[in-house]
Amino acid sequence: MVRFELLEPKNLSEACSLLAEHKEKAKIVAGGQGLLPLLKHRQLKPKYLINIKNLPGLEYIDDGRSGLRIGALTTNRAIEISSLIKQRHPMLAELERMVGDVQTRNWGTLAGNLCAASPTSDPAPALIALGATLRSVSMRGEREVPLEDFFVEYLKTALEPDEIVAEIQIPDPPPYTGGAYHKERVRMTDSPIASVAAVISLDGSDTVAMARIVLQAVCPTPVRAREAESFIVGKKVDDKFIDEVAVLAEKAACPISDIYGSAEYKREMVRVVTKQVVTEAIKRARAA
Amino acid sequence: MLRVNGEDYEIFTDSWKTLERVLRDDLGLTGVKEGCNTGNCGVCTVLIDGKAVKSCLVLASQVQGKDILTIEGLSKHGLHPLQQAFIDYFAIQCGFCTPGMVLAAKALLDENPNPTEEEVKLGLSGNLCRCTGYVKIVEAILAAAEMMRKEV
Repeated sequence: MVRFELLEPKNLSEACSLLAEHKEKAKIVAGGQGLLPLLKHRQLKPKYLINIKNLPGLEYIDDGRSGLRIGALTTNRAIEISSLIKQRHPMLAELERMVGDVQTRNWGTLAGNLCAASPTSDPAPALIALGATLRSVSMRGEREVPLEDFFVEYLKTALEPDEIVAEIQIPDPPPYTGGAYHKERVRMTDSPIASVAAVISLDGSDTVAMARIVLQAVCPTPVRAREAESFIVGKKVDDKFIDEVAVLAEKAACPISDIYGSAEYKREMVRVVTKQVVTEAIKRARAA
Repeated sequence: MLRVNGEDYEIFTDSWKTLERVLRDDLGLTGVKEGCNTGNCGVCTVLIDGKAVKSCLVLASQVQGKDILTIEGLSKHGLHPLQQAFIDYFAIQCGFCTPGMVLAAKALLDENPNPTEEEVKLGLSGNLCRCTGYVKIVEAILAAAEMMRKEV
């Protein structure tokens, strides 16, 4: 385990001040479910950890005027069992059951999962498909970052060294919207072969008004399959277009061959999983 | 200041010490096992305010003021029904995963006193066992759940 000094700010403002002072020599620790393994493997060697796990007022799931606001210290478990999330975004509640395991979810935060920027993160592609944004704070002020711009490269986010994520915002879906997520893997806690999130909105006449299809684990970051999306926007729902959607989605994937599968197999799984989630999302949109 | 198994302890330790290390080294609670040390096996599972957490991935300083339960705390007044069920159903072979398993099961049953077999398996997805193949463990937990429901 890397030796570090643990700093204990009393509020978010103090935490920002400490981060501004130490910058790259410091890391924020909340649940630490992603961070502590890195420290134990000595892959990161910060001089300071800034403990925000017990800061007050950051653990909430609020229903705002135009969407949900989730505090940075909200655990994955809280999201998994929240009746508000189950009702507003059932795809998110379902997927949270797949995040790590019970113990990891009890202590680790959703914000932490996103900040770790792992290409196997389940919430990341789903939240991008839901159009989520992050609010980050620093001594220099606040800013909002659309989640689809948050993942810059493998394991790297758009956060500046002096910024802390304070909140995640998920806009309310328009009527006739359905979402679905599937992670293809062998054993329950294995890393994915391919994961896809799809959120589809229909207009009153069974025509696709909006589509977000996000691939995960087949590129260094989550990636929107924009060609697949634009292919179905404006089209009336038709069983026959699903094959083309899948082929177009696969074009956005850039998988590597590893122990979870060959690149060719992962590409095939992108097609299979895309068909599955887009079909499910449309079914849910029609029922909404 | 840590509250463990109902007692308060004042600990002076390094900032990088995990809860698992402090429980084992400073408090002598060696029922908390260290397996993989990276949060993948679950043998270090303890309950923090009733919730199952892997203590090797928690910094000791982060749990001040919270209620921590280790396997030693479960049998303070005789064996807990889960522990008895593990014995009765032969759910223990080498015993290394057992403390973590029992605590994960307790957290599961406290929240869901009548789980299905599938729910039990989901609740144990963070605890590995290399010996038993899990069948007896799941049986023991379902049996204990039934017994605990009768006792209420």
